[in-house]
Amino acid sequence: MSYAWHWEVLLQPAASGDTTYLGWMLAGFETTVALSLAAWLMALLLGGMVGVLRTVPGRLWSGLAAAYVELFRNVPLLVQLFSWYFVLPELLPPAWGDAYKQTNPFLQQFFAACVCLGFFTSARVAEQVRSGIDSLPRGQKNAGLALGFTLAQTYRYVMLPMALRLIVPPLTSEFLNVFKNSAVASTIGLLELAAQGRQLVDYTAQPFESFIAVTLLYMLINVFVMAGMRWVERKTRVPGYIGGK
Amino acid sequence: MGYDFDWSSIPGALPFLWEGMKITLDITATAIAVGIVWGTLLAMMRLSSLTPLSWLAAGYVNLFRSIPLVMVLLWFFLIVPRLLESVLGLAPGSDVRLASAMVGFALFESAYYAEIIRAGIQSVPKGQVAAAYALGMSYGQAMRLVVLPQAFRNMVPLLLTQAIILFQDTSLVYVSALADFFGAAYKVGDRDGRIVELLLFAGAVYFVICYSASLLVRYFRKRVGA
Repeated sequence: MSYAWHWEVLLQPAASGDTTYLGWMLAGFETTVALSLAAWLMALLLGGMVGVLRTVPGRLWSGLAAAYVELFRNVPLLVQLFSWYFVLPELLPPAWGDAYKQTNPFLQQFFAACVCLGFFTSARVAEQVRSGIDSLPRGQKNAGLALGFTLAQTYRYVMLPMALRLIVPPLTSEFLNVFKNSAVASTIGLLELAAQGRQLVDYTAQPFESFIAVTLLYMLINVFVMAGMRWVERKTRVPGYIGGK
Repeated sequence: MGYDFDWSSIPGALPFLWEGMKITLDITATAIAVGIVWGTLLAMMRLSSLTPLSWLAAGYVNLFRSIPLVMVLLWFFLIVPRLLESVLGLAPGSDVRLASAMVGFALFESAYYAEIIRAGIQSVPKGQVAAAYALGMSYGQAMRLVVLPQAFRNMVPLLLTQAIILFQDTSLVYVSALADFFGAAYKVGDRDGRIVELLLFAGAVYFVICYSASLLVRYFRKRVGA
């Protein structure tokens, strides 16, 4: 098969006139990174709270937290994304829904994707937080309570400082997943990296160059996140545990 | 609430949705079957003492695990068919989407299955292998008769969990406009202007299936753990 490689096509001015095709790709890259980081922050906060709730005594809160996790884990990401993007604005009070639909489409897409990824990932983070807390010896909690700490203080000063450090390695793969899952946002028209790659195929008619470049950018993200998380892991590992000093 | 729900387009669309579900199940089943076989081979290659083999397997696994599934599917829908057309001399525009989806998912999932299976093989005590060799077994016999049966027994819950994830992920064939269950639901909703109802219905169906399956996994985990 003969294929004419034209890598220089990436440097040609893009159809939008103000940048090159490479510029489009980098804009998509920025959107992917911004979206993933925002969603990750949300997932950490929500997931941390839900994960703690899953371990507290009392059926009500742990039951609610379990339902939360099951809901977000058992519905496909794509269905969740479409629900945030297409269903939610319809179910809001009409005035809110209309206001939402009139905002900048990019902001709508970014918001839907960010909230969707945030909730989706938070359920997974919650499971890690729970397993981290469950892995602590039971005596830690009892000792905290016996010293006169309230339950909240026991979590704050005894259990969470240990548990959160123990779960850093499994969180690495969840962090990587956020970046990979963010590509699903291309289905609602958000011009992130995968969508730009697709657009480049149409505009440049050089499918291989476009896709190879986009794929390499995703791998680059992967490498950076892994390196960053390895640094965090080194900083936070607990002496005396596997992987610790 | 400002929204009037109207579920009337769902009953009539059930046969069409079922056709979509069959495509979803076809893709899931193919990817699981191929994924486990190819994943086992990859895991054995990765654990092999022949360095080139283990590098090759590690490269494959890391490549597929570092790119988004959507990207892999786009490769298989936009790029690979063109390649096949020119290599196999297919008529341009022939519909290879289903085949592409199956191959794409199978190759992608193999990378994930390979990691699960590798961990499973490594969880078998070394003494088992040594004992097998001491009994005069070859590498193939030791793997087939001693290591893999124990490894797979330990892995059942993880393999099933991965299958549930895979079942959910098949909805991403949406990027090729292939009418799997989700695609079918979306098309019906789009046709009747009832996207909200159809999306909620699709979500509910996925939830029921995946949640039941995850309860099953929990049951297996208890049995294996016992």
